[in-house]
Amino acid sequence: MIDNLTPWDKVKLARHINRPTSSDYISKIFDSFIELHGDRYYGDDNAVVAGIAKFNNQNITVIGQQKGKNLKENKKRNYGMPRPEGYRKALRLMKQANKFKRPIILLVDTPGAFCGIEAEERGQGEAIARNLYEMSDLQVPILSIVIGEGGSGGALAFGVSNEVWMLENSIYSVISPEGFASIIWKDGKKAPEAAGLLKLTAHDLLELNIIDKIIEEPEELTLDSMDDLITIIKSEIEQFLERYASISENEIVASRYERFRSM
Amino acid sequence: MNGDNFMLKDLFKKSSSTPSKIIKESQIPDGLFQKCLKCNDILYSEDLVENYYVCPNCNNHIRVNPRERLSMVLDEGSFMELNREIDIADPIGFPGYKEKVRHIKSVTNLNEAVITGRGKINGTDVAIGVMASNFLMGSMGKVVGEKITGLIEYATDCRLPLIIFSCSGGARMQEGMVSLMQMAKTSAALKRHDKEGLLYISVLTDPTTGGVMASFAMLGDIIIAEPGALIGFAGPRVIEQTIGQKLPEGFQRSEFLLEHGFIDKIVKRNQMKKILSILIKS
Repeated sequence: MIDNLTPWDKVKLARHINRPTSSDYISKIFDSFIELHGDRYYGDDNAVVAGIAKFNNQNITVIGQQKGKNLKENKKRNYGMPRPEGYRKALRLMKQANKFKRPIILLVDTPGAFCGIEAEERGQGEAIARNLYEMSDLQVPILSIVIGEGGSGGALAFGVSNEVWMLENSIYSVISPEGFASIIWKDGKKAPEAAGLLKLTAHDLLELNIIDKIIEEPEELTLDSMDDLITIIKSEIEQFLERYASISENEIVASRYERFRSM
Repeated sequence: MNGDNFMLKDLFKKSSSTPSKIIKESQIPDGLFQKCLKCNDILYSEDLVENYYVCPNCNNHIRVNPRERLSMVLDEGSFMELNREIDIADPIGFPGYKEKVRHIKSVTNLNEAVITGRGKINGTDVAIGVMASNFLMGSMGKVVGEKITGLIEYATDCRLPLIIFSCSGGARMQEGMVSLMQMAKTSAALKRHDKEGLLYISVLTDPTTGGVMASFAMLGDIIIAEPGALIGFAGPRVIEQTIGQKLPEGFQRSEFLLEHGFIDKIVKRNQMKKILSILIKS
């Protein structure tokens, strides 16, 4: 555990190129994973990796926002910024999980939903809104884990869950510190200051009751140092699944509704 | 004084140059005239009110405050406000924020960026919410989210059709993540309203962007927009910065959304009550 990090330090850590990505967590947490593609409307978004995984012999639908580890990969993954197709693929597979009674685990790691001409043309706002709306009514337990960056509405569309956890040095914010600084102070360079004001760290958000759990990180989180973290996450997921196994579908929906209703 | 008289007379003269070039805004007598910000035409305020605040010259649907909006669509005297007073939320203790909200409350004579309540449209009861673009850009913080969610739940409990007129810059950053959560809260409440088989009509007015556009505004059974309204997830300036080029004319306007299949209908302001009345009875 690293102490005395400023919020801005955490922003930089959350975005670090060496930080493990969704596919790293998927391959290490689950016994098997079969990827499924496409939104059935327009295309397949590489910024979202989704499929069916096995966890202690239980089927789980897993969906993650996927960043790349180098420039080439990031071009393919669009730096983890989903287009409407990505949100629609996620929703399609969440509804499928609901049909087959599979719990859903979502991995959040995005600077935000992609903003560009084609994203607007294909209804970025509608796609995000639809996810919030439909997720609120799914009868299976949903868990979101913010593993890196939780960028605004683009992250929330993966976050209408029964529980939301954050890795210790991940962030979750209504707007990027740079965006905030340039709007409020007309000066993007004041981002470090904005990071402090925005209350975007895991500890701040636990205090605000926006998230439910913080998962401690090793001192320098990379692919090589993540094994202990994986052990902790697996044990936490096991307990999560146990907690919800005995709860009725109605209660799962009602408790999720109350979680957000009280905010 | 003579100068003022001259300017007033000059307004009604046929002139080669537009009145806006002759008259500075400060010289227009208060309340009597208003300038259309789109075509710069000088409009006689009384005509403008009669014309639903639509510029007769260029059809610009000028932004209206929520009380005027309510009077345009509801039967006279039928409005009953819900949740009028909710305490200012300042969840992240943002410096100067409470004072700013108090100040805006006093200058706008509004309690927050939305008014919610119940009223009648040609005799039919509806739950109705109207956002105010002049209150911190109609941004959605905890109070706005609470008022809208309260309205939706009221509509569900009373089995009423629901109408929300949106105009908003999005989530209110000064409330941090709590403002983002309002998107989930309002959308979840709409899902419950929907499951009861009730009608929700979302009316998009200029501008409807960001977190409001990406939540309750796009979730109507029927989505209507006023002509020429800016509607989008990301603001045009953000997109221009991201892609490094100018956006085409008409991008993210109501007509663009209609063409791309994201709204049902564009309705002019003077037709709005009639169309809403037909739809809630259908």
